[in-house]
Amino acid sequence: MQCSRFLVSGFCGVAGLMGVLLPVLAADQTVRPGSFYMSKNLQALQADDIANPGMLWVSDGESLWKQPVGRTQKSCASCHDAADVTMKGVAARYPAVDAESGELFNLEKRINTCRTRHQGAEALAYETDELLALTAYVAHQSRGERVKVHIDGPAAPFYEAGRKRFYTRVGQLNLSCAQCHEANAGRRLRGDTISDGVGSGWPAYRLEWQTLGSLHRRLRACSLGVRARQFDFGSPEYLSLELYLAKRAEGVRVEAPAVRR
Amino acid sequence: MVKSRLTCLWLAAALVAATPVFGHEVVSYEIVGDAVPMALGGRVGDRQRGKVIVLDRRRGNCLICHTFPVANEPFQGDLGPALGDVGKRLSEGQIRLRLIDPLRLNPKSLMPAYYKVDGLREVAPEYQGKPALEAQEIEDVTAYLVSLKGQQ
Ligand code: HEC
Ligand code: HEC
Repeated sequence: MQCSRFLVSGFCGVAGLMGVLLPVLAADQTVRPGSFYMSKNLQALQADDIANPGMLWVSDGESLWKQPVGRTQKSCASCHDAADVTMKGVAARYPAVDAESGELFNLEKRINTCRTRHQGAEALAYETDELLALTAYVAHQSRGERVKVHIDGPAAPFYEAGRKRFYTRVGQLNLSCAQCHEANAGRRLRGDTISDGVGSGWPAYRLEWQTLGSLHRRLRACSLGVRARQFDFGSPEYLSLELYLAKRAEGVRVEAPAVRR
Repeated sequence: MVKSRLTCLWLAAALVAATPVFGHEVVSYEIVGDAVPMALGGRVGDRQRGKVIVLDRRRGNCLICHTFPVANEPFQGDLGPALGDVGKRLSEGQIRLRLIDPLRLNPKSLMPAYYKVDGLREVAPEYQGKPALEAQEIEDVTAYLVSLKGQQ
């Protein structure tokens, strides 16, 4: 159902809440947060903690943070105490390589690894309210922090793979991420204004979805839009892209949970 | 008896193999200068059908990048040029090549090739081996664009 609606609608979202369109930007290379390209209405909705629908997941996340789970009956708080102290800035430096496994972790993967490694609980599936809530809660602790990820040492090959993918034309419509998000940011694709393709607002509440969604869900929509193969949630392909997007977004302030069309 | 039945089966199999299962084969065409002057496979385009294809999100979906003189479509893209007068600016053959394979004219073109199956990567399974539009659809869209002379 969800999928067929996507196929039909392509990139077009709901028609409401469009507001004023931004003018096409000068060809400067400044990477801006996604909200910069949103209508005034959506910017206002995102900025208002009472009205921003993503904050519902953040408050659910706050409860889940303190809830003992799994074999060990530990909560996130048992190890990390108060999230507003210990989680501040974490989202701004993710994705990052996990020292123990050598794998690239985004927040979702870190949260799930804490569950399996330390809590003796099952990993949560992408797009479940539980994983979205915990991710949004952790990401929210970094709101306003500037994105700064590591791309050297063990992160280098992941970064390189992501960079390559960003510039590779794919799909029946034969377009790369860069052709839209680098060359045409500020222009209109149907009813959308193309942004710089930054991940710092995610998980975000998307009006078209009527729910909060992960960055990988957004990337799957972009892949589908050009009729390219969609990779799995949490796949190495999207993880390395996520790292490249974060490096491109260096200095941009985290704005999760964002509101998008 | 048995033998002739077998022959029949064999013949049927050969025919199926020669006829592409979905009818999505790409017919050959000749490029002259910056145009494809002859209609694909001699097909005759229909302007009304062409307009439907241009608007159809599952087929042309051209409005994501271009503006057209059509009513009740408030959201049109601006990645490519406005096409309301394209029939005045370009000949039929020039339009046809720009639909079939714009990369022939500009290898960096953003515009997808609508009648091409090779040189693509990571195409979603449901679109593999198929051009974005079929030969008849290319002719229909061409006929529609030829009719856009800018007086709307
Ligand atoms: C044909 C154009 C097009 C292509 C190609 C494309 N996207 Fe997008 N993308 C969009 C549109 C339109 C949106 C919604 C508006 C926006 O936020 O930019 C979007 C949204 C996004 C967002 C969310 C930005 C935010 O702040 O909410 C990210 C991240 C993103 N794209 C990354 C990518 C990546 C990575 C690729 C390649 C795998 C890609 N896109 C390919 C058009 C495209
Ligand atoms: C992803 C963006 C995109 C899509 C989708 C797209 N175009 Fe284009 N189109 C362009 C761009 C950009 C140009 C400018 C020339 C170039 O870059 O090669 C262009 C050029 C053209 C031209 C030549 C116009 C001129 O004045 O020279 C025609 C004709 C055209 N497009 C028709 C179509 C039709 C019909 C469709 C749908 C079946 C379509 N386009 C879909 C981006 C797009």
